[in-house]
Amino acid sequence: MLQGHQSWVFQTEPIITSTSTIVGPFEGKGPLAKDFDTIHEDTWIGQDSWEKAEKRLLEEALEKAIEKGGLEKDDIQFFFGGDLMSQLISSNFAARTLAVPFLGIFGACSTSMEGLALAGMLVDSGNAQTVLCASSSHNSAAEKQFRYPTEYGGQKPPTAQWTVTGAGAAIVQSSPNASVSTGLKISSATIGRIVDMGLSDPFNLGGAMAPAAVDTIEAHFRDLNCSFEDYDLIVTGDLGRVGYKIAYDLFHKHGWDIPEDTFRDCGMMMYGDHQPEVLAGGSGAACSTTVTYGHIFNRMKKGELKKVLIAATGALFSPISYQQKESIPCICHAVAIESMQ
Amino acid sequence: MSDKKKKKLTPIQKEYQLFAKEREPQRPLLANCLRAFLFGGLICTVGQVFTYLYMAFFDFTEKTAGDPTVATMIFISVLLTGLGVYDHLAQWAGAGTAVPVTGFANAVASAAIEHRSEGFVLGVAANMFKLAGSVIVFGTFAAFVIALIRVTITKMGG
Repeated sequence: MLQGHQSWVFQTEPIITSTSTIVGPFEGKGPLAKDFDTIHEDTWIGQDSWEKAEKRLLEEALEKAIEKGGLEKDDIQFFFGGDLMSQLISSNFAARTLAVPFLGIFGACSTSMEGLALAGMLVDSGNAQTVLCASSSHNSAAEKQFRYPTEYGGQKPPTAQWTVTGAGAAIVQSSPNASVSTGLKISSATIGRIVDMGLSDPFNLGGAMAPAAVDTIEAHFRDLNCSFEDYDLIVTGDLGRVGYKIAYDLFHKHGWDIPEDTFRDCGMMMYGDHQPEVLAGGSGAACSTTVTYGHIFNRMKKGELKKVLIAATGALFSPISYQQKESIPCICHAVAIESMQ
Repeated sequence: MSDKKKKKLTPIQKEYQLFAKEREPQRPLLANCLRAFLFGGLICTVGQVFTYLYMAFFDFTEKTAGDPTVATMIFISVLLTGLGVYDHLAQWAGAGTAVPVTGFANAVASAAIEHRSEGFVLGVAANMFKLAGSVIVFGTFAAFVIALIRVTITKMGG
């Protein structure tokens, strides 16, 4: 049900039946390694191109989520998939394998929560009982498409971020029909609007996306009449160290009081200090997906967190648009998840 | 960003950009220059060693030893690119690895490797000069302009 200007409150309490997270070797060396279902030892994932490797990651995430949910492929009524590749090839090809009714979505790195919000909405409205949503990204495939060849020796500035190699999926079901349950429900979602502050540097996406994150989170607070105090944790998708600091200071500037440890960023959680090559932190459609579906949901299941807001941010540019000196339009979608215990 | 573009920004965008700028880490310019100097110098020293070797052990003079030296440096650069080492060196060395001939070789080789999955014709051959092509275009054009100036001056003088 619409509440305020841009938020949905899900009164039927759609349940997250299962989630899956598949990551590459570099992510497996990070501090969240124990929270992932599968860690691949090789970034090729047994394929002969980066694009096929990403498709395979997504396929594995879908299979794993279905298996963990105790479901069959045919039980999935709709599938929302998205990734960073042109024409959504990873999702389209993974959907070809899955062969269920499919809607491809693009929100760059915000795709994870765009999919989860839509899945929640579809189930809440009674238009489906079982919906699958997933997103993926691959470091090398993204570098190839958006920047330079992976082996090219170009020096990156300290504001650059590292695209996560991985994929994550979640199955959302209506509560009476849930096969198994993670004990988590989707309570509300806020759909973001595009915020463009005129920044055009593709090596500083955190700085470009920070205002979008602040805009959506504030819209969520306004629509649902809540604030930081009402959540145990609010995480942004992938602002990285640079964007996170800007967002944090923007909240302070706007007069919000942020209790300690309630505001974090997936891009900063993904990698450790022993991985300096990530520079400002992680990014990519798989970043917020794997950190949320793996690490954060595990903490919720353990009872450490009761109510969280995931605000996944996306930079909606293309290689052509920045070569033509266009600024970077950014977006952020937020989904509130509550533990049922 | 150019001044022309900045004028089109709204006051809110301008304010935010100043706000964000204060919170962004800058490129460590001095350290980058120093690293580029050291690593670039190291590459040139290696090149010089090869020049002396070619002169000492083969029938090359100081003038003719340049060609095999460049070929050797290109070979090493392409090998390091293929082994996945060059991009890591470059993140540290910056312009130090980009400016010498090794940087050009890396630009060609990395693009060729990257697009191998699209086949030899549409992939490797078509994309090989995707990064290096602009260097060739502007290099050739600059040489043409310089030659034109030289010819004009010689004709006028002689």
